[in-house]
Amino acid sequence: MTLALDLLTIVGVSAGCFFFVAGTVGLLRFPDALTRMHALTKADNLGLGLIVLGLLPQAAGLGHALKLVAIWLLAQVSAAVASQLIAGAVLRQRSAIWP
Amino acid sequence: MALGFDISLAFLVVVLAAWTIQVHDTYSAVLAFVVFGLLVALIWVRLASVDVALTEAAIGSGVTGALLLSAAALLRPTESTVAPPGAAWCTAAGVVCAIITAGLGAIALLLPDPAPTLAPLAAANLPQSGLGNPVTGVLFVYRALDTLLEKVVLVLALVGVWSLAVDRLWGGIPALWPATCPDSTLTFLAQLLPSVGLMLGIYLCWTGADHPGGAFQGGALLTAMWLLVMLAGVRAAPATGLLSLRLLLVAGPTLFLVIGLSGFAIAGAFLAYPPGYGKPLIVVAEGALTLSIGVTLGLLAAGPAERAREP
Repeated sequence: MTLALDLLTIVGVSAGCFFFVAGTVGLLRFPDALTRMHALTKADNLGLGLIVLGLLPQAAGLGHALKLVAIWLLAQVSAAVASQLIAGAVLRQRSAIWP
Repeated sequence: MALGFDISLAFLVVVLAAWTIQVHDTYSAVLAFVVFGLLVALIWVRLASVDVALTEAAIGSGVTGALLLSAAALLRPTESTVAPPGAAWCTAAGVVCAIITAGLGAIALLLPDPAPTLAPLAAANLPQSGLGNPVTGVLFVYRALDTLLEKVVLVLALVGVWSLAVDRLWGGIPALWPATCPDSTLTFLAQLLPSVGLMLGIYLCWTGADHPGGAFQGGALLTAMWLLVMLAGVRAAPATGLLSLRLLLVAGPTLFLVIGLSGFAIAGAFLAYPPGYGKPLIVVAEGALTLSIGVTLGLLAAGPAERAREP
């Protein structure tokens, strides 16, 4: 049972790290703000989500597990709002240049 | 594994520090400084100083970052017209900084082993105060005078910021960031997040007696939530002349001072607590201080009055 839980952790955290690396590569390689943000949201959303999922079996109790999920949810909210704000700023800037 | 993590963390912090100094755009430098503060907070966690890590993240990175961002936004229009400092100035600043760094490094490396410490003495006498967190013990029992003066300095700093206002606008309303624009997403966040953030701020203040946390960390969270609400336009910034606002500003330091002065009568010394009442008095003082710190930091970030108060 412990082995299965540890395996779940290894798979979850590794997959999460993969999405973080992929998101970072996208951030560095993609041509403009909107596509770069598209790459970053994958890291924030899937990457952190998978890492939290992988860490859940290692939590000391229900309280710890809920805290981990709360961290993921808060990061989700902040990422969603921040990307909306940045996208809004990009659109305003574009319409200022090409009205 | 842990060593590898620590080394890469330290390396990243040094690289980020160097980048913060050499980048020309003030805005980018401030952003790098905020990330730098968060990484330094991680280092404090690795050194098992969770109290310091929380303070660094909340104050060193968060509130200072907000202050610097608003300063950068104010400076932006004139930034390109100011000539960069000459080579002589840069060299002089570099030499002074290098000497300070070398001095600090030498002190850290030349410490006798084991380093002189009062920690065992402090830990041995902590149970008398009824507190469980040794950091709060040092802040509110052994060095309470420093803590009191620190809160007074904070209010003085705010007076300094307020006095930048034009005479006829004294007591008026701060303008906050110059470049804010209403956005429904931000409004949504400002309505959703404060419920979580305020609870966390109160929890940090409450748990500070026994676990990492305390008035400054809790107060910084209150500040963050208040700034979010003001920036999103959900609630307007208050007029700096409001009597209730000014009472809130001094409530914490005043209550702390009253507790300290009553120490003469009930425990025989300034800032001494009578046996058995240490913890309740400290928790009450911390509660009031959290509120005052939250309001003071928020108004520091909001800046001087730039609009007249509505009659």
